[in-house]
Amino acid sequence: MTARIGVVTFPGSLDDRDTQRAIRVAGAEPVALWHKDKDLKQVDAVVLCGGFSYGDYLRAGAIARFSPVMDTVIDQAKAGLPVLGICNGFQILTEAHLLPGGMLGNDHLHFICRDQKLRVENADTAWTGDYTAGQEIHIPLKNMDGRYVADRRTLDELEAEGRVAFRYLDMNPNGSLNDIAGITNAAGNVVGLMPHPEHAVEPLIGTGRTDGLPFFTSILKKLVNA
Amino acid sequence: MSRTPLDTVEHAAATPDVELPWAELGLKKDEYERVVEILGRRPTGAELAMYSVMWSEHCSYKSSKVHLRQFGEKAPRSDALLVGIGENAGVVDVGQGYAVTFKVESHNHPSYVEPYQGAATGVGGIVRDIIAMGARPVAVVDPLRFGAADHPDTKRVLPGVVAGIGGYGNCLGLPNIGGEVVFDACYQGNPLVNAGAIGVMRHEDIHLAKASGAGNKVILYGARTGGDGIGGASILASETFDDAKPSKRPAVQVGDPFQEKLLIECTLEAFAEKLVVGIQDLGAAGLSCATSELASNGSGGMRVTLDDVPLRDSTLSPEEILMSESQERMCAVVEPEKVDRFLEICDKWDVIATVIGEVTDGDRLEIFWHGGKIVDVDPRTVAHDGPVYERPYARPDWQDALQADDANKLPRPGTGEELKDQVLKLVGSPNQASKQWITQQYDHFVQGNTVLAQPEDSGMIRVDEESGLGVAIATDGNGRYAKLDPYTGAQLALAEAYRNVATTGAKPLAVSDCLNFGSPEDPAVMWQFAEAVRGLADGCLQLGTPVTGGNVSLYNQTGEAAIHPTPVVAVLGVIDDVARRTPVAFQEDGQLLYLLGDTREEFGGSAWSQVIHGHLGGLPPKVDLERERLLGEILISASRDGMIDSAHDLSDGGLVQAVVESALLGGRGARLVVPDGLDAFTFLFSESAGRAVVAVPRSEEVRFNDMCGARGLPVTRIGVVDGDAVEVQGEFTLSLAELREAHEGTIPGLLG
Repeated sequence: MTARIGVVTFPGSLDDRDTQRAIRVAGAEPVALWHKDKDLKQVDAVVLCGGFSYGDYLRAGAIARFSPVMDTVIDQAKAGLPVLGICNGFQILTEAHLLPGGMLGNDHLHFICRDQKLRVENADTAWTGDYTAGQEIHIPLKNMDGRYVADRRTLDELEAEGRVAFRYLDMNPNGSLNDIAGITNAAGNVVGLMPHPEHAVEPLIGTGRTDGLPFFTSILKKLVNA
Repeated sequence: MSRTPLDTVEHAAATPDVELPWAELGLKKDEYERVVEILGRRPTGAELAMYSVMWSEHCSYKSSKVHLRQFGEKAPRSDALLVGIGENAGVVDVGQGYAVTFKVESHNHPSYVEPYQGAATGVGGIVRDIIAMGARPVAVVDPLRFGAADHPDTKRVLPGVVAGIGGYGNCLGLPNIGGEVVFDACYQGNPLVNAGAIGVMRHEDIHLAKASGAGNKVILYGARTGGDGIGGASILASETFDDAKPSKRPAVQVGDPFQEKLLIECTLEAFAEKLVVGIQDLGAAGLSCATSELASNGSGGMRVTLDDVPLRDSTLSPEEILMSESQERMCAVVEPEKVDRFLEICDKWDVIATVIGEVTDGDRLEIFWHGGKIVDVDPRTVAHDGPVYERPYARPDWQDALQADDANKLPRPGTGEELKDQVLKLVGSPNQASKQWITQQYDHFVQGNTVLAQPEDSGMIRVDEESGLGVAIATDGNGRYAKLDPYTGAQLALAEAYRNVATTGAKPLAVSDCLNFGSPEDPAVMWQFAEAVRGLADGCLQLGTPVTGGNVSLYNQTGEAAIHPTPVVAVLGVIDDVARRTPVAFQEDGQLLYLLGDTREEFGGSAWSQVIHGHLGGLPPKVDLERERLLGEILISASRDGMIDSAHDLSDGGLVQAVVESALLGGRGARLVVPDGLDAFTFLFSESAGRAVVAVPRSEEVRFNDMCGARGLPVTRIGVVDGDAVEVQGEFTLSLAELREAHEGTIPGLLG
């Protein structure tokens, strides 16, 4: 058997089909979810993909967070449903308070698209089991509002509890505090990051690396073995 | 406040002596008289509005038409062409049942006035052309030209243009995979912002802009119509109608990429359910263009009720509604029984959609407002029967002197040390420097099909995940070459784009162009235009790559000073399996470097003459299109059979520029030996066309040489991939670190 992983499409979502492809490449079954629909179609996990939901004309993710689908996602995430937020999805997860902190505009004020070096800091989440802690990987990064911020106390808590899941290496591309690229909730089922693992799953495409594939194989293994 | 009575067709017929502001709307006296003759009466205000925008240079190609005909007359026989010139964009067969549509357009003037929105709406417009053909847009490219890199105004224009292209394209989810950035003082007041897009569809999904079938409904969907982009109409409004309204409106439209993204998805969903008979995007000339084009291309007439158009500004006059260029709007023709489903899909995507009219039995385009008929025309006379000018043209009297000022006679570097110094200057000059600071503001990865993106020779997109079928696109143009000789310059642009596509392993199939020139009223400019078109048409015929469509941008001129004639050529190619693509970067130490083609002393218009001497004169490099074709075949075969691991075309900057780029991208150096019969300077800096440098694994050396020998392509071994420096034996050595600093530091230093 395989796992069914839902990918939500909001108006302005851009990487929904790419994420579905990544799930397929990993061997799981992608399921399209629609923002106006509360029904999660009994999926085993959900990915909130990248894009500019509602144009990001308000704060990124601030409107999508109130979509009907998010009511269910929030409830079920609290009950343990694995949820991955990539880029705009990460922004939506912070707006929904499933993850702490928030994202501001990049400190250099430009959109940035690059192959970004990261360190995996936490390989114990639902989405990172196929990495090893301390592993260095390259994942494409592309965003306008990627500067992770949180108050000092939250940052200390994240660091103390090992909840910083990914950290930028070599250069901080957007001014994120503590070089944070991604975080997890305390239970390890909800993970958000700015870089795009779904763009690094095939050797020929994009940067030519497959460093993002373990996100999708990790969750598959976890769900199939559960 | 008083209102003039509605200017209906009836009213116009009864009041023949009413003066209309045709001159303010840009019509010439004889053009206005022609409108009167066509209608047999004076036009109504609304009709005048339609004729004036549709007969403008921008929409009617009235100055360029007589020359552009050559693209059809000299079109090569091609089985690949599914839809040719005249539709929203050309469509090319790429095999396996797939068709690709692509086009390049200009958004030059608005991008100078308002760089961010000008560039953003340029992307929006070209993408709608692609959707209107039935295709899903899969990539964009942006050939850009700015004034001098160190001019203060460039720092205003360039960052805004780049942010606008990124802001719009990134938000649409379209990877930006190619283009150019060129600096030259001639573009100071007239930057060129050309935008290209590619779309993919199945053959059976091709849609055309035509309204057929009496009773079919005309649906306007997308953004509400506002007062943006009306331009001359504001004069009409303030003179003829309501004095109390704001008379000046911004002439540059404002883009909403989020709305366009919804428009893409809902249009494609409607196509998938086969709900659409005909479709047209609303770009230049807005509803005037969409209604007259749809009606004139179909079998019947059309009746439109303008009151039903959803408005952002309820005070708009009917003339303004017809002329508005509000972005993110499309017009579809749908059979009555499918209208509900069409509206449902629009509703799903939160896109406003309104039935504004229907196709009729007759052959008239009739438009109503407040119950009165304000337009009653033969739509062909609006859309297709615009004026055609045979503008006078003459070879400028300065052309001979320019060509006599031979760049080959400029002082050359005499020592290895001087060569080294000039190489560093060249690779660090704004035109030759890395454009990463710009391109990293564009998303290359979205859609997950990008195989190659800038700074590769061509952008490449995977079309089919199973078979690996892909398409490649390159855009090129060199205004300096074209200034020296417009005929040859246009062919060099074609040759370079063709070569760039072949270098990555794809077979060139078809051409789109964006022809950027000064004022057509200047006979010298008109001569440049005529020569460039003739060159391009002859070249396309010889290479077997038909022109599928394109765009002409005239009046790129400030006072008497026109830009360099700048034909930008886009070549589209196909590759059977993207796994066989050839990248620019050196892959492995020890591989052998070969120079393909002939190197001559050709420095006219070269980057070297510009960077070292600030010179422009002489003749551009010679063109040999048969050689280009042979080189292309060799590069494609070598890629298919795994004989080369990297390849780079040679163009501006010559061999040394190409080798430095391949070395920096691969993080591997090269040791070069000056071949017999060439001096080091010519070897490094010549810009002879029809050349490429390739890296061959040692195991493939014999096979590769045999192939080139058998086909008669000159091939010269020039060195080996090795180490962390570029060394020219007996002359100089430059470490990759020094080269990287020079090549990558320039643009951030100027603009960062």
